Amino acid sequence: MKLIDKKLIGKQYPDISFAIEKQRLRFFSKATSQTDPIYFNEKFAKQKGYPSIVAPPTFLTTVGYEKDNPFDFLDELGIEIDRVLSAGQNYIFYNLIFAGDLILMKSRISDIYDKKSGKLQFVEISSEFYNQKATKVAKSISTLVYR
Amino acid sequence: MYEDIQDLKEDYIFPTSEHAPITRTMLALYAGASGDHNPIHIDIDFAKKAGLTDVIAHGMLIMSMASKSLTDIFSHENIKEIDVKFVSITKIGDRPIFNASVLRKKIHKNKRLLDLKISISDQNGDIKLDGTAKIELSDES
Repeated sequence: MKLIDKKLIGKQYPDISFAIEKQRLRFFSKATSQTDPIYFNEKFAKQKGYPSIVAPPTFLTTVGYEKDNPFDFLDELGIEIDRVLSAGQNYIFYNLIFAGDLILMKSRISDIYDKKSGKLQFVEISSEFYNQKATKVAKSISTLVYR
Repeated sequence: MYEDIQDLKEDYIFPTSEHAPITRTMLALYAGASGDHNPIHIDIDFAKKAGLTDVIAHGMLIMSMASKSLTDIFSHENIKEIDVKFVSITKIGDRPIFNASVLRKKIHKNKRLLDLKISISDQNGDIKLDGTAKIELSDES
């Protein structure tokens, strides 16, 4: 198995801009078995004091896929898509995200390392998320394992 | 919501919560909703070529179930961090069960900070997801 080029540590990806839409939030909430109406019903969310439908905690995962070919970064890493799995995910939340927000995602490769003498290789992608008021709403670290 | 959420003690074990068994429909819907169209989760032919016997669940779907369970217990805005490792693959028919306990409790000014240990196991007790969550409760929450 070939080793991933560690020179890629620090590489920045192009920013992604993502408009948070009510329909997409409802679809994601339904697909992740949410039931609380704050994730579906704008009227209810407003009664609870939120500006609109609330994005569930893991919704930010969708932002990273908002490009023509979401997996093209794997080509650059030399990883085949059928050899990669999610190994871990960290989210730190600073502010809630709502329908109507425009989210800016800034991502970079923050680490590449291996375990078991290179049999398993890990790539960490760190991201920061800002809303349209330039308020940081969250940061994340996604760890992929190349097996 | 737990009426005594402000009084949660270290080592408290939350009641488990069970999620619906993983189906192909769930994986197809999650692929569409999340934008993660990796065929290893939705195309059995592709999964077999990748050396698996069948499609496997998205790790992030399992994490989303854990965060659904957390938002059932706590107000969303009180959840400050979720950190998980995907320790084994989740297959069609697996029944995800959410487990949580209070690892540490600290009081800082008028806030109660809870570190939770969280996990998702299946019907056989095999751990799928293992991690922690940080919760911040203020007096009024």
